[in-house]
Amino acid sequence: MIRLEAVSYSYQSGEEQAIKAVDNISMTIEKGEFVAIIGHNGSGKSTLAKLLNGLLLPQAGQVWVGGKATDDPEANWQIRQQVGLVFQNPDNQLIATIVEEDVAFGPENLGLPSGEIVARVQESLAQVGMSEFRQHAPHLLSGGQKQRIAIAGILAMRPQCLVLDEPTAMLDPQGRREVMDTVRRLNSEEGMTVVWITHHMDEAVSAHRVMVMDQGRVAIQGSPREVFRQTELLESLDLDVPVITRLGQLLARDGFDLPPDVLTVEEMVNLLCP
Amino acid sequence: MFNSVSIGQYYPGDSFFHRLEPRIKIGLITIYVISLFLLDSFWGYLIMTLFTMTVIFTSRLPLKLMLRGLKPLYFILAFTLLLHIFFTKGGTVLFRWKKISIESAGVISGLMMTWRLILLVMTSSLLTLTTSPIALTDAIEGLLSPLKPIGVPAHELAMMMTIALRFIPTLLEEAEKIMKAQMARGADFESGNLIQRAKSMIPLLVPLFISSFRRADDLALAMEARCYRGGKGRTRMKVHKVTSLDWLTLGGFAGTMAVLVWLGI
Repeated sequence: MIRLEAVSYSYQSGEEQAIKAVDNISMTIEKGEFVAIIGHNGSGKSTLAKLLNGLLLPQAGQVWVGGKATDDPEANWQIRQQVGLVFQNPDNQLIATIVEEDVAFGPENLGLPSGEIVARVQESLAQVGMSEFRQHAPHLLSGGQKQRIAIAGILAMRPQCLVLDEPTAMLDPQGRREVMDTVRRLNSEEGMTVVWITHHMDEAVSAHRVMVMDQGRVAIQGSPREVFRQTELLESLDLDVPVITRLGQLLARDGFDLPPDVLTVEEMVNLLCP
Repeated sequence: MFNSVSIGQYYPGDSFFHRLEPRIKIGLITIYVISLFLLDSFWGYLIMTLFTMTVIFTSRLPLKLMLRGLKPLYFILAFTLLLHIFFTKGGTVLFRWKKISIESAGVISGLMMTWRLILLVMTSSLLTLTTSPIALTDAIEGLLSPLKPIGVPAHELAMMMTIALRFIPTLLEEAEKIMKAQMARGADFESGNLIQRAKSMIPLLVPLFISSFRRADDLALAMEARCYRGGKGRTRMKVHKVTSLDWLTLGGFAGTMAVLVWLGI
């Protein structure tokens, strides 16, 4: 679906030396996959997100989306339609004063006929469970609801891949759960390819694959189990492991018979009370 | 502090006037305003008042809301009234004290002028009261688009209005947050004279400006990510169609006004 070949991107600010935000990354994202990208601030996560849909073009290497390179000006808009990008702050990505008008913004830009837009708006609002808020004003909704509207706005363009750049960073726990559940369902039920960028380790647990970024490079990669087992390496990168994994490791140190890669509460319960 | 600011003043409803095509509504109100200045008699004003009142009542707009809309104009209304009462001369003298006199023509023209202003403000506010901001911006875009060839950026203007409307509540919320943060650190926004108070606004405005630029940056990126590339090739979800009933209303009203003006009422 998306393929990165030795992609690099650096920011030049003033006379200082260029900061390498993304440094020679190669990776493939398969159709239907749920990839979590974690890393602390400044690790290059957001830059990577913008490279995926051609908002930024690689300075070296190539990003391929469905067989087309992002630096091909002909394919530019097609790629942005195929790879939908959801940002961190829901307030700064909604453009209309009424929910349905906002969701319609993407399809309107694609130049679709009015009837098709109405159908898509209804469908995408249903997909995120916000149908009854169609006529509401976005500024009166909660953070989680706003973010779901933003996701609906992207879904209305019928993308094949959803890239979410720290979509829960500004939300309360309730909103985080709402958004997380919505995206997980989209992935499992509708086969939507998802790239989930976060610095909450707990959110990466349910991904198919976890990629840890540090200073623009991929530091660790693998299934959540493989990645979170490497507590020391993660700690050296200033990252935590999920709370439950940490608990498991502490209990194991005190003599409990537990593996170092417990990922969910359920798993922990089953291991402790077989 | 900011709670009193109402954003847009749309009063939702499903009346005949609500459902009129927004461009037609703008046309109707323009004709109304022009006629109001051409008509110059008690009967003419009475008919215009009847028109306005009919729309207000059929649209189920609360009269209180309409009167509140006049509030900022109290001073101008009073000023107009007094100016005419004291300076327009003619008719019988009602009151005289030294050099100051009040004459009947002054009272009459003062009242008429005030009446005219009230009608003017009330009727034009009907447009924003019965049309949603989005329909209104669409209408403005529609009306301006014939001017595109001579360089009027119709789509861009409409887009700017939409975004401004969308961000008013967000920025107000933010202003309040910054204000509280500054007050917590001892800033004083409420005492002192006008200049001092204006000066104390600087620590509020600077962060607000900076954050709005950041927001603008984010928004531009989000719009691009959603394939926005200006008005070209863009379609709309809600297509406003002018129905024959709309045309009939516009024609009928224009005709009535023309007859009234021609009769010199």
